[in-house]
Amino acid sequence: MNNQEKLIGAFAEALSIDPSIVTDSLKYQGIPQWDSISHMVLISQLEETFDVSIDTDDVIDMSSVAKAKEILAKQNISF
Amino acid sequence: MLLKGKTALITGASKGIGSAIAELFAAEGADLILFSRNTEALKAVKDKLNAAYPVDIKIFSVDVRKKNELENAFQELYSQKVFFDILVNNAGIMTDATLQMVKDDVMESIYETNVYGTIHCSQLSLKSFLRKRGGSIINLSSIIGTNGNSGQTIYGSSKAAVIGFTKSLSKELAPLNIRVNTLAPGFIDTDMTKGMDPKFYEKNLASIGMKRLGKPEDVAKVALFLASDLSGYVTGQIIGVDGGMLI
Repeated sequence: MNNQEKLIGAFAEALSIDPSIVTDSLKYQGIPQWDSISHMVLISQLEETFDVSIDTDDVIDMSSVAKAKEILAKQNISF
Repeated sequence: MLLKGKTALITGASKGIGSAIAELFAAEGADLILFSRNTEALKAVKDKLNAAYPVDIKIFSVDVRKKNELENAFQELYSQKVFFDILVNNAGIMTDATLQMVKDDVMESIYETNVYGTIHCSQLSLKSFLRKRGGSIINLSSIIGTNGNSGQTIYGSSKAAVIGFTKSLSKELAPLNIRVNTLAPGFIDTDMTKGMDPKFYEKNLASIGMKRLGKPEDVAKVALFLASDLSGYVTGQIIGVDGGMLI
């Protein structure tokens, strides 16, 4: 499984959504399932999936799937 | 053992209520992460508990008023994949003075410890609770926070803030299986109350229905209930541990 597939899987599981919805344009609070509570679950899921630690500023800054990729890229996760 | 397989982080763990909670939790099988400003006293607590209980104990010299120290300690834990199930926000300070006599530095220190210390530790602990798919946060307020007291406006309001924080955070985190409760001790026999103005000390002692000071262990037993699965359906509650104190 490549990183793109892992990312989609993490979003789908954390937000309980169909993987087909997980595109770069998907935004925080853009769907009912991605609210402030599920955002915390998402952060934890991404940390576990990629074995990284996401700092508080990036937690707040993670406003879309595309942004999540940018943040993970800082930790040498390439997509 | 009520806490076998669980790990608890306790702030202000070098003495008083904090060390009593640490000891009872260790006796119930919990591994411990202990925070305190007082490194020597913390080491002594660790040595004592290590000699008596087969649990893992990590200690950190941390001042909860300093967010960077907290961030460093939590980062160290998380980088080692150490996650915990229970947070006890016990660190607290008290200074008595009527409002017009309170200096700004005293106000700031009380709020930084009692309020911001509690908030920051809770915030930084979320990562652990999310990994564990649940958890229990136990905050320490005071009967002064629930009832108020002359000469304790700053301390009392800081402890009332802890109650407000508990009420809102419990609602926020309930969907994530993270429980948040607060203990409101009355007059407990600790260094904090020993340093109290004698006139307050006598007045408070006379107002206790059970006619004795509480012991740190009295508070620890209720903390154990809130930490364990016995309280698995309890959140957002403020539990007095005060021997029927009227104030």
